[in-house]
Amino acid sequence: MRSFLKRISFVLLLCLTLLSACHKKKHLVKVESTRIEINDSTPGNVDIENFIQPYRENVKKNLDSVLAYSPETYAKGDGKLNTAIGNLMADIVLEQANPIFISRTKDTIDMVLLNFGGIRAPIPKGNISARTAYQVMPFENSLVVVEMKGVLIKELITYLQESQKPHPIAGIKLTVDANFDLIKALINDAEIKDDATYYVATNDYLFNGGDAMYFFKRSEKSYPLQYKIRNAMIDYFKKVDTIMPTIDDRFIQIN
Amino acid sequence: MKRRTFVKQTAAASLVTLGGVGLSSFSVSQAKKITILHTNDVHSHIDPFGPDHGRNANKGGVARRATIIENIRKENPNTILLDAGDIFQGTPYFNFYGGELEFKLMSMLKYDVATIGNHDFDNGIEGLHAQLPNAQFKFVSANYDFTNTVMDTWVKPYEILIKDGIKIGVFGLGIQLEGLVTKELYKETKYLNPIEIAQDMSNILKTEEQCDLVICLSHLGYDYKSQPDKMSDLHLARNTEDIDLIIGGHTHTFLDKPTVVKNKKDKDVLVNQVGCYGLYLGRIDFYFDHQIDKTYQGNTQIV
Repeated sequence: MRSFLKRISFVLLLCLTLLSACHKKKHLVKVESTRIEINDSTPGNVDIENFIQPYRENVKKNLDSVLAYSPETYAKGDGKLNTAIGNLMADIVLEQANPIFISRTKDTIDMVLLNFGGIRAPIPKGNISARTAYQVMPFENSLVVVEMKGVLIKELITYLQESQKPHPIAGIKLTVDANFDLIKALINDAEIKDDATYYVATNDYLFNGGDAMYFFKRSEKSYPLQYKIRNAMIDYFKKVDTIMPTIDDRFIQIN
Repeated sequence: MKRRTFVKQTAAASLVTLGGVGLSSFSVSQAKKITILHTNDVHSHIDPFGPDHGRNANKGGVARRATIIENIRKENPNTILLDAGDIFQGTPYFNFYGGELEFKLMSMLKYDVATIGNHDFDNGIEGLHAQLPNAQFKFVSANYDFTNTVMDTWVKPYEILIKDGIKIGVFGLGIQLEGLVTKELYKETKYLNPIEIAQDMSNILKTEEQCDLVICLSHLGYDYKSQPDKMSDLHLARNTEDIDLIIGGHTHTFLDKPTVVKNKKDKDVLVNQVGCYGLYLGRIDFYFDHQIDKTYQGNTQIV
């Protein structure tokens, strides 16, 4: 069985470098290192398996009923400045959070910003269950709507220009040139006005300065929705039959 | 210092004298072997990845890790098992049970010591504290000051393990929490400068506690190429002394072998990390000898 383990081994022979004079001191004479891959060539320990089993059954029961269908596999590495999975996440937030926000404040969410790092797994082709939502969004983060002036939105845009990552966005449209200088920025298809008020949905992690998104904290006001992003995803998956996310022109670079 | 040199010479001399009588086979057979096994960023990955997972298909799984660890312990009882943090968060097991199963399984696998990663605060510092009764292993963190939190007194800066007469000091270092973890989660936990703390720790462990091996369990991250000034394991290794091995985490860096870095005193420090999700188990064997006049060349060879 051992021979099946993919092993990359090496030996480091180190100089005798311990200069301490304590007579009890042992001397390091050799170091060997191995990286052991854990794979299906090793049988699982039966006691451990049996211990996990009831936990696994309970989780399974809760997670594995089919909610929707994914025609493709969507991963966060699939696009340069916007991705199908990121667009889906941001669009879900906009669609699911807006009715709650409107009912509480009479205002409408203008845009969404989440973080690229927050997409923790791809959505695989095939059936979508609550488990899919747990894999993509394992964190307990809840949605927060942040009231921001246009000037602060410009800082948010600068952040996106500088990070050059496909952070999930919705409601905002950005076009940059080869140097990531801004060509066009639109919210609801209109130019951003410095003193206008915009409502930005994000999660509590980012609102509190996560991923260095410090602009959120300097906002006018915030409205915690007490609605977890994962639950927003699950609610959305229950509504739709087949998801159809695409890469589009919400954040693009032109030469 | 002079006294120490004298003691050393005396010790060497007595060994040589004894050597004449019949210690010719001393070198290999008498070497003591300490096996260090380590994981990091397992992120609640208890079950193996399924066959459809692409890159990680059929890899990982705690039950298989248990089998491998058990076999290694049979081969060498002088084995210690360490984890460099981010035990929590990543599968529904965490969302449903809050880390209970992770800690119980690590206890069954007989982990010795772990440090705390940023995601271990994901259910708040109270959430971490609440799971401590399920952990039959120790937590170390030298640069998180938990004084004004529920974790106060539950985490020591370091632990000392003794295996076959070899004294092993293990201290922990955590990453800066501000900007990474919501303040409401980590509460009054204070982050202290890792370099200064590591210097203190390694000095205590090497000089005062006379440890034969000093290990730093770090969740600082291996290296940040785009932010060269950001604190990392490579930084730590270069700017400290008396650390023999840094077992790292956070950056999910897959190293197939430890990186050898020269420390402040131009001595070798090993830095290792085995990616994430329990896909790999790291193993490093340290051989110790009593002989003083051995002269090994610092070279690397593949076995």
